[in-house]
Amino acid sequence: MNYNWNWGVFFQQTPDGDAFYWEWIVSGLLWTLAVSAAAWLIALVLGSVIGVIRTTERTWLVRLGNAWVELFRNIPLLVQMFLWYFVIPEFIPPLKGWMTSTEPIYAQFLAAVLCLGLFTSARIAEQVRAGIQSLPRGQRMAGRALGLSEVQVYRHVLLPMAFRIVIPPLTSETMNLIKNSSIALTIGLMELTFRSREMGEYTFNFFEAFSAATIIYIAIAMTANRVMAWVERRAAVPGYIAGGGR
Amino acid sequence: MAMIEIRDVSKWYGAFQVLKDCTTKVEKGEVVVVCGPSGSGKSTLIKTVNGLEAFQKGEILVNGIPVHDPRTNLSKLRAGVGMVFQHFELFPHLTVRQNLALAQVKVLKRAKDEADARGVRYLERVGLAAHADKFPGQLSGGQQQRVAIARALSMDPICMLFDEPTSALDPEMINEVLDVMVELAKEGMTMMVVTHEMGFARKVAHRVIFMDHGQIVEDAAKDDFFGTPRSDRAQQFLAKILHH
Ligand SMILES: Nc1ncnc2c1ncn2[C@@H]1O[C@H](COP(=O)(O)OP(=O)(O)OP(=O)(O)O)[C@@H](O)[C@H]1O
Ligand SMILES: [Mg+2]
Repeated sequence: MNYNWNWGVFFQQTPDGDAFYWEWIVSGLLWTLAVSAAAWLIALVLGSVIGVIRTTERTWLVRLGNAWVELFRNIPLLVQMFLWYFVIPEFIPPLKGWMTSTEPIYAQFLAAVLCLGLFTSARIAEQVRAGIQSLPRGQRMAGRALGLSEVQVYRHVLLPMAFRIVIPPLTSETMNLIKNSSIALTIGLMELTFRSREMGEYTFNFFEAFSAATIIYIAIAMTANRVMAWVERRAAVPGYIAGGGR
Repeated sequence: MAMIEIRDVSKWYGAFQVLKDCTTKVEKGEVVVVCGPSGSGKSTLIKTVNGLEAFQKGEILVNGIPVHDPRTNLSKLRAGVGMVFQHFELFPHLTVRQNLALAQVKVLKRAKDEADARGVRYLERVGLAAHADKFPGQLSGGQQQRVAIARALSMDPICMLFDEPTSALDPEMINEVLDVMVELAKEGMTMMVVTHEMGFARKVAHRVIFMDHGQIVEDAAKDDFFGTPRSDRAQQFLAKILHH
């Protein structure tokens, strides 16, 4: 392939003349990180709660949890993004009012965070449920036999082990979330992919623009991976063999 | 008043009846061994005593407190009834010390220091004080089970339930656990013990209960049981397990 790479393009002025192209990319990166971080918090909290209630003995709670997981797993992510941005606000007038009066990017940010947060919460709920159910049944019994309440058994006995077991799948859900955040470009959120495409369209240097995006996505994913690996090492239990050896 | 009183207890899993009109009692200071073939309902029966397994019919009183009554605070009742499981069930992410302190602090509301001191005292009793800061995964099976017994004792239980405490252990570790249990029995602890260790039964049991198909087939004083069990089934069972 004969292509003249022009890395200098990042230091050219944008059409408005008030920024350089590299600043677009950095601003896109910051929105990607902001959306991912906010959605991850929602996903972790909701996913843990939904995952836990699916392992209780209360049928209606289990059903509620199952319905949640099915709902968010079975609708394509892209459709969910459109629903959160275009459809759901129509049913919530105060939300609609806020979204039309504020800067578009805040409305897009909120929709993207809710969409990605809830979608990922369903996936994390599934991991947390599996983690809890992989623990020996006797652990719950031993906790109850000591007089601990159901909430205390989860808090002090089941969840500390379940979360340790769930760290590796949680890592891949985190990386999926970061990659999925690029879908927010479809509702106009100026995140990393949006900005790269925009830069390509203005300069025709698509290769450079998307190379930058690719490298940045890889760097984020690798960082997330390293951080989770560090957490896993820190949380490792001396002498514990995964699966308990039973 | 008996420490544990079980009256006409029946339990079903769907159409399958696991317990059939079981009636027995354990007096204060008494050691009762429960034996019987696999699947006969021993674990289920012993778990009904502290309400870990619900039952549909009958009554159980522990120190006069009705387990079957929905108004009974089961957490409080369980805190006073020690239980030891076949697979130890120590909490793997907590050190031995923390395993012993957890329920003392969370359930009995003891101060951390007090709970810790008491835990260490019971660890000394089972000969494991040197291992207080290890994690369960760093101990042998026999050591883990002794820690589990110490954990139950540190709650100051009024009686102790054991569900096959030695059957998951390698043979060379069985005695270190039985020794602790024998000592406990000699101190006058009320104990209900599911086990096939007939040596233990001979040494310290007052009574032996034999179960089969969810029924209490034989409930006899130790000497009567080992002399001539009345039922054929119990005789066959004894012959089988005393062989090896
Ligand atoms: N959750 C359950 N659902 C249906 N059946 C069950 C359940 N738990 C136990 N059972 C059945 O109840 C019967 C009694 O079980 P239990 O565990 O009390 O027997 P056990 O005497 O302790 O046997 P073992 O010596 O193997 O421990 C068995 O036939 C078992 O298959
Ligand atoms: Mg059993």
